[in-house]
Amino acid sequence: MRQLIFLIIGILFGITMYKSEAASWFRIYEMFQFKSFHMYGIIGSALVLGVLMIQIIKRYKLKSAYGELIVIPDKTKSFSRYAYGGIIFGLGWALAGACPGPIFTLIGAGFYPILIVLLFAILGTWVYGLIANKLPH
Amino acid sequence: MEWIFHPWPWYVGGPMIALIMFLLLFFGKNFGISSNLRTFCTICGAGKSNEFFNFDWKKQQWNLMVSAGAIIGGALASHFLSTDSSVAIHPDTITKLQDLSINSAGKAYLPEELFSMQALLQPKVLLILSIGGFLVGFGARYAGGCTSGHAISGLSNLQLVSLYAVIGFFIGGLFMNHFLLPHIL
Repeated sequence: MRQLIFLIIGILFGITMYKSEAASWFRIYEMFQFKSFHMYGIIGSALVLGVLMIQIIKRYKLKSAYGELIVIPDKTKSFSRYAYGGIIFGLGWALAGACPGPIFTLIGAGFYPILIVLLFAILGTWVYGLIANKLPH
Repeated sequence: MEWIFHPWPWYVGGPMIALIMFLLLFFGKNFGISSNLRTFCTICGAGKSNEFFNFDWKKQQWNLMVSAGAIIGGALASHFLSTDSSVAIHPDTITKLQDLSINSAGKAYLPEELFSMQALLQPKVLLILSIGGFLVGFGARYAGGCTSGHAISGLSNLQLVSLYAVIGFFIGGLFMNHFLLPHIL
């Protein structure tokens, strides 16, 4: 039952990624060309609402559906891993035109060549795991 | 309800993403899609030889359900909730892409030159998709998150490190888009 809830949330997410065109290579290309407000509007409005939401959750100590306090863990403090990892991710995002959420969405939408992107994203994750302790973090 | 069949404007898409983040928090989880890539490695047995993949992947089952849902959502949206799937990008961008011989710009959801089965016959296209995917997977795990984990959840939680990551996303993305892609395409 609990798992079904997450499937439904995922379905909503997939529909949103497809219909808002955030899953379109063209929208990502256009975003990096600064030719349209569209992607900035999506991320920006999600962020404004997200910041408000999390402030309210923290201030009023809101509880989850299971009665537990909602906690959002802080991320580990560092600079290099976020900067280097971020740049590498950005290079791939602009090349493949898809980040992980849209990769799944596009499989469902029937663009099967995206399976190659998924396969190599898994491979990239694996290679990171293998050499992680040799990289600056 | 007619609007649902048209492409959603940013002021529908953005709030929907915020709603999805809220629903995940409400059900005790944090929004972050790229973690699933690590889970896949673990399911394939990568944990046997490497500490990074040695974790109880069953605790991540909920997130696998989110990604399975994203696949179903993509299928529903493209088959039942769309009449015309072409993406109306800016005319200047269309011209620019045509100059790079991406002639499907403005007429399709994804460039046919990269994402059609026919295009896969070209070694160059295979390289673009595989290198792009590799960088996304490697970079997301190195940075500890992707667009959902940093640009949405991390920044919403005012995490300074997520800002470093998002600035990184844009440095890498702009460099690829302006300096590398024109030579690659």
